[in-house]
Amino acid sequence: MSEQLKVPTMQEAMAEGRQPDYLFWVGSAGAFDDRAKKITKAFVKLLNKANVDFAVLGIEESDSGDAAKRAGNEFLFQMQAMTNIEVMNMYQVKKIITTDPHDFNTLKNEYPGLGGNYEVYHHTQFLKQLISEGRIKVKESEFKGKNVTFHDPCYLGRANDVFEAPRALIETLGVNFKEMKRSQRTSLCCGAGGAQMFKEPEKGDKDINVLRTEDALETNPEVIITACPFCNTMMTDGVKAKEKEDNIQVMDIAELIADAED
Amino acid sequence: MSFIPNILFALALIAGVGFFAKNVKKLMRNIKLGQDVDVSDKKSERWRNMAMIALGQSKMVKRPIAGFLHVIVYVGFIIINIEVLEIIIDGLFGTHRIFSSIGSLYGVLIGSFEILAVLVLVSVIVFWIRRNIIKIKRFWKSEMTAWPKNDANYILYFEMVLMTLFLVMNATDIPFQNMDSGNVISQFIAPWFSSLPETTLHIIERSAWWLHILGILVFLNYLYYSKHLHILLAFPNTYYGSVKPKGQFSNLESVTKEVKMMMDPNVDPFAAPPEGAENAVPAKFGASDVQDLNWVQLLNAYTCTECGRCTSECPANLTGKKLSPRKIMMDTRDRLEEVGKNIDANNGEFKEDGKQLLDDYITREELWACTSCNACVEACPVSIDPLSIIMDMRRYLVMEQSAAPVELNNMMTNIENNGAPWPYNQMDRLNWKNE
Ligand code: SF4
Ligand code: SF4
Repeated sequence: MSEQLKVPTMQEAMAEGRQPDYLFWVGSAGAFDDRAKKITKAFVKLLNKANVDFAVLGIEESDSGDAAKRAGNEFLFQMQAMTNIEVMNMYQVKKIITTDPHDFNTLKNEYPGLGGNYEVYHHTQFLKQLISEGRIKVKESEFKGKNVTFHDPCYLGRANDVFEAPRALIETLGVNFKEMKRSQRTSLCCGAGGAQMFKEPEKGDKDINVLRTEDALETNPEVIITACPFCNTMMTDGVKAKEKEDNIQVMDIAELIADAED
Repeated sequence: MSFIPNILFALALIAGVGFFAKNVKKLMRNIKLGQDVDVSDKKSERWRNMAMIALGQSKMVKRPIAGFLHVIVYVGFIIINIEVLEIIIDGLFGTHRIFSSIGSLYGVLIGSFEILAVLVLVSVIVFWIRRNIIKIKRFWKSEMTAWPKNDANYILYFEMVLMTLFLVMNATDIPFQNMDSGNVISQFIAPWFSSLPETTLHIIERSAWWLHILGILVFLNYLYYSKHLHILLAFPNTYYGSVKPKGQFSNLESVTKEVKMMMDPNVDPFAAPPEGAENAVPAKFGASDVQDLNWVQLLNAYTCTECGRCTSECPANLTGKKLSPRKIMMDTRDRLEEVGKNIDANNGEFKEDGKQLLDDYITREELWACTSCNACVEACPVSIDPLSIIMDMRRYLVMEQSAAPVELNNMMTNIENNGAPWPYNQMDRLNWKNE
């Protein structure tokens, strides 16, 4: 990314006596995973463009504990959660945006019971709002007219009933959008959830991400759109397993919007 | 001696209802073996769920063919049971068709029962064909052998016989046929019997009447042993089902207390625990047996209809893994039944039997194959949550036995040491900004 991103930290803001409107929760994947970092930056570019008053926790952010919780380690989850809550409450955080549906889910639903009460937005919801307020304008993009499909992340869709926001964003792109047979409420998992991302799958006759990629391939896509860093990895691997990586891209909705924005 | 049938009837009724009541008591006792859980919130939403999902069958019709047929059988079942009321009164007091005195409305009622009976008969036959001839995949998974498979078919035969008896009973009832009102279907069956003498007809009518009501009493008592318990339990189960976002898992309170103590700098870790604190600490984190689950999860297990909608949407099962959310529910019920029988056999005390839900019923391989995607929860037509049981059992494996797969242990060690699931340095968390 050529242009310099403005990524203030909460600590800097506090030193300047400012209280940013939003905390951008980057998440472990968004901070460390090479593919996810690109999504993080695409999203920050949009935040900068729309002049959103936000900050990140930077090195004061720690893993949300989601994967530990789904793996069954409630201790580790609650330690992570309480550590993060302590930091966020210290900065008097009110509103959070994140690009990771897993962190979105745990911050929104599971942190309140441990003393962390915030308004939490997934980036698809937030971008939709920015567009409807006219703070981001979607122009012609190189993707216009392309065949695309959308994979619902379990923790965004079924788990939290966010189906409409990503679709509304896709609509602004002027692409040729086709739903997969299994979509929205009956969408099929990419295979990463429940801490599966971090382990080998159990014995079976196929990998879940390959099955899901086959669902996507039925729509004959040029781009498979996701809204989760883990789905992105799984679908990218699935496309590779099908040897289609030369013809099919796997992209986050934020990247497409960032690309189409003027 | 003309009152002998009345007495026999009363005895049959008392026996049938009595056994049923006994089974219901056992059922409630078993469900109460589960841990307490607070379900007192959002009452109106819970009532609405019950009205929509159990009464309104809103989830059933997501699969239109099965849903439509099921609605017919369900409506037929409820409405035709009005007729049972008349049978009971007739049986006890020796009357014949006591409600017929209400006039033409009676004809309308019985007429609609007859039509429903035919519709139910047809639906049940289609169900049988789907199961046994078309062999729809979800009915032929590995957990659907022996009893579960037979159970499903027995009920279908039961319904077929009951509906046939009802129609034959009407067709051979000469006074009813002579009324010529309400015999919409049975008038076409009556000619098949018309060559028989009146006394024979009467015997057939009485036999059909008796078999019909005895059949219903047997059916009532069969429920407890069958997946057909759902016709009763679907109602409480949809009421007590989760009203939280599906992604929200419970935060274990017992853990919260300990973590708070650990993180509080003012707490002296070596101080003696305050009075009563010992009892407050639970014996166990997570679940390895049915008594560790909460009672709603146990109610779930009894409510499961074994329809397999959950399993047919489960990504792990679809890709050949051992995990089947339906099997999780069936195993939980089987183990709970076993525990219940153990308690019955030992004067109300559970005697250690060297078995548990984990390993003896549900294997670790199944538990670790779950992606926590909630597809099973979404698919279930009666608000069952197999995922919560899987999670509670994982909690036991990890927190009580440290028995997570190696890669997951690595992931968790990383989180503990450097705040990320991968071995990166916490201090590098913002490096992406300048890359
Ligand atoms: S939550 Fe687990 S058991 Fe349920 S459908 Fe998903 S993978 Fe299968
Ligand atoms: S849990 Fe629900 S969906 Fe699964 S078999 Fe039982 S009733 Fe059917």
